[in-house]
Amino acid sequence: MATASAEIKVTAEIAAEHGLSAPEYARVQQILGRDPNITELGIFSVMWSEHCSYKSSKVHLKRLPVRGKLVVQGPGENAGLVDIGDGLVAAFKIESHNHPSFVEPFQGATTGVGGILRDIFTMGARPIAVLDSLRFGPITSDANSASRQANVSAETISKNRRILDGVIRGVASYGNSFGVPTVGGEVCFEPCYSQNPLVNALALGIARKEDLFFAKARGTGNPVIYVGAKTGRDGIHGASLLASAEFTEESQQKRPNVQVGDPFVEKLLLEACLEAMTTGAVVAIQDMGAAGLTCSTTEMASRGGTGIEIDLARVPQRETGMTPYEIMLSESQERMLLVAEKGRESEVLNVFKKWGLDAVVVGEVAEGGLLRVKDHGQVVAEIPAHPLAEEGPVYHRPMSPPVPAKESAADWFLFAPSDKNLTENFKRLLASPAIASKGWITEQYDTMVRTNTLAVPGASDAAVVRIKGTKRALALATDGNGRWCQLNPRLGAIHAVAEAARNVACSGARPIAATNCLNFGSPEKPEVMWQFSEVIDGIAAACNALETPVTGGNVSFYNETLGHSIYPTPVIGVLGVIEDATTVLKIAFRNAGDIIILLDGLNDPAPVTVEAASARAAGLACEFSSSEYSKSLAGLVAGQPPAIDLAAEKRLQQCLLALASSQSIQSAHDLSDGGLAVTLAESCFAAPQLGARMTLEHDAPAESFLFGERGARAVISIAPAKLDGVLYLARQHGVAAKKIGHVTSDSIFSIQYNGSAIIEESVEALRDIWSHSLERALKQ
Amino acid sequence: MKFGVVVFPGSNCDHDAFYAISDVLHQPVEFIWHQSEDLANCDALILPGGFAHGDYLRTGAIARFSPVMKSVEKFSKNGGLVLGICNGFQILLEAGLLPGAVMRNTGLRYICRHVHIRVENTATPFTQAATPGQILKIPIAHNDGNYTCDPQTLAELHAHRQIVFRYTTADGRDDAAGNPNGSMENIAGICNREGNVAGLMPHPERAVEAALDSADGLVIFRSMVEAFVGAAKATA
Repeated sequence: MATASAEIKVTAEIAAEHGLSAPEYARVQQILGRDPNITELGIFSVMWSEHCSYKSSKVHLKRLPVRGKLVVQGPGENAGLVDIGDGLVAAFKIESHNHPSFVEPFQGATTGVGGILRDIFTMGARPIAVLDSLRFGPITSDANSASRQANVSAETISKNRRILDGVIRGVASYGNSFGVPTVGGEVCFEPCYSQNPLVNALALGIARKEDLFFAKARGTGNPVIYVGAKTGRDGIHGASLLASAEFTEESQQKRPNVQVGDPFVEKLLLEACLEAMTTGAVVAIQDMGAAGLTCSTTEMASRGGTGIEIDLARVPQRETGMTPYEIMLSESQERMLLVAEKGRESEVLNVFKKWGLDAVVVGEVAEGGLLRVKDHGQVVAEIPAHPLAEEGPVYHRPMSPPVPAKESAADWFLFAPSDKNLTENFKRLLASPAIASKGWITEQYDTMVRTNTLAVPGASDAAVVRIKGTKRALALATDGNGRWCQLNPRLGAIHAVAEAARNVACSGARPIAATNCLNFGSPEKPEVMWQFSEVIDGIAAACNALETPVTGGNVSFYNETLGHSIYPTPVIGVLGVIEDATTVLKIAFRNAGDIIILLDGLNDPAPVTVEAASARAAGLACEFSSSEYSKSLAGLVAGQPPAIDLAAEKRLQQCLLALASSQSIQSAHDLSDGGLAVTLAESCFAAPQLGARMTLEHDAPAESFLFGERGARAVISIAPAKLDGVLYLARQHGVAAKKIGHVTSDSIFSIQYNGSAIIEESVEALRDIWSHSLERALKQ
Repeated sequence: MKFGVVVFPGSNCDHDAFYAISDVLHQPVEFIWHQSEDLANCDALILPGGFAHGDYLRTGAIARFSPVMKSVEKFSKNGGLVLGICNGFQILLEAGLLPGAVMRNTGLRYICRHVHIRVENTATPFTQAATPGQILKIPIAHNDGNYTCDPQTLAELHAHRQIVFRYTTADGRDDAAGNPNGSMENIAGICNREGNVAGLMPHPERAVEAALDSADGLVIFRSMVEAFVGAAKATA
């Protein structure tokens, strides 16, 4: 019976302070058949926190498609696994580290990267790439921008810049030192992220199928070994108090709850773990991430259907006088727990000794399914592992849609006359932080270490890394438009999946699987739960249609400060395979004289009646009001995200794949933020010395045609000799292919629309604005 | 010709150097653990990039005390070829096998991108396959690459043609526009007076195939092989 640390008598009030509700506490008493002691209460509170138990999201997550013929491991393990051929599997997963990154941007970001890397190499996979999906509050105060509209103060803007700087340095510092290339991701800005930035880190690793490891404890009497950094008091209750509650003005006092990262130790841990795995003496392994020793012991025992017994006195400690409660709840970084084969522990211990890391037998696998924690031989906690891990509370939280905004055509974007020159507006759009090049940020990341990177950030629509020893390469992209999800969560989520998959297809890869990081406000608000449910349905619909099953991910609730929720922000990562690494597609135009073609998965017939034309015009204004152009130039965020047709999306992606594998095109770049004009300009910016001349004709307003963000479209360029073949392939795939211009050698970017010169400027002038606006904004 | 790639705890370009030698250059190569004093009969050593011992304290400051460094020093005194890349260069500076030091980049930020460097001296075993003044496109990836030294050392570097590489613009100008990190005289790489120990901040092992956007780094490794084969012939 557990008594050792029972000086504090646990009451319902203390349970409530630990975030356990009255029914949850009653359930704890029921499982134990008695009152818990304080250590046990701590263990329950972290295991049953929103962050670890998924208690509010579980019922919805079940609706996601998780099966597919390439899926080796779906959600529930440390990372998802998919078969990528040649006997190899890819391990990949995305996770959030939002709250810590607000409280302490640098350490929050480093430990976010560190945590997801451990999830990957825990499975026996060497990490080969990291992507970071970041969301910040506004960093500029342009006269008309949405930040002005939302009345963002100068103080907030300067704080947002500091957060951005800390997060970027943190991401860079950890990945660069660890030696994994940070190859992509996105950076977006919206006022709702001012008090709650999002830091979502995705890691990808590869392993041989037969060399995988899982977190299932087996074999009674097998030693349980603690390896890696020593345990300190950092991060206690990181998962339960920081990640599972909203922010208030006192949140800065939670700084001690943020963990501190050490990429050097993580690098040693990586090499030592992979080397230890080759001894054949490792039975199971799990990293100590959220909820540290508690979560790793409980989950390994529960998954293996066994018990685990450990003695905390043997745990390497950085500080003196730590209580069992503190040791069990510490979230000190760079630690692993593994189970070795009895009698062979020295083989494992020697490897860690070589790498200068602590490795100590702290306990053993036991019969009976109990998590038994001792301190100097005295039992301080004794809990059935399975109910602790698997029988936590599950909630069907109330949901209700928010009251829809009453909008009419008068609230929507008012298009300029179609012959108005838009060059100045275009320049302002290129300068907006959302559109401007993120090169200043990504240059701070080591994007090339391990010499596999075939497309550095911005070179292709997806990050592309080759797999040495095979002909293949993997492509990865993350996407998620919070503004669209706020306006229409289901449609916004569909767009997030579609865009990530489209980006992967534009690199020449076949999308095969997805991972998701779901960032939301408080699940206790019915409208947030409604948004969550809608987003799940959107992701499910899109992942089904595009055949990208979800193999894992993470839910981050309570992203709110002082009662204000962030936009619902699902970030979707899509993984694709390129069979022949020499067929990678990049965005840069290649040769003067090449033909520029707009591919459109949706057939776009002109309206035949006056009524249809007028309805369509209203529809265009409605969806344009949610665009980056509308936000950046008019300060207007309204309407609906563009309509989407998943069948059209699928057609476009298959067409791109066929074009890539037949090696008949020079470049490919999808249409997304900023629309057609930005896509064309970026393909020029990536090609030194080249320009482009476009002649467009359409019955839509010029702004709508040039800057509208409807999906299922991409711009490709081809050598003139390839034209017939490309048009034939497009027709075969049911994709409209329209010649819209030429690549030129005169370094001028020009767009004619229905006979009027709408945009005309030197590529150099535009490139300068696009390349340097972010850096200039941050240095103001 | 057998290469050895020294692995310190925290080295992270060790695999990249190994791959460039074995898979691109098709030469035998072996890893040498930093605790080892046995150089495994290697004909040339590469100290790779990374963050040896986390680069806490100062880059290379702890790594220079690794047992392997005694052997590296002895090897170099006997005329063996030693190439330090990025962190490996920093370790050679700390170990006193090359003169001078590197400071934090002037922008105070880590920089990873392709730069251009000009071969200033083709009479070294690391550059003999290059043409005089050849411009190489090679990436940098570092926090601390801002080379500096006292005036006397600089004068010696000049006098003995020890400045091997300078940062330039794409068209070969060694001015501020071509200098990514504030390095003195745009110095990107140097050698010792004897010419058998060299270090540079850019990563030639990252520029060995067209798929990586440049194969210009190969000339450095090819030079080493040529030099070794030439020397072997001369003594034969």
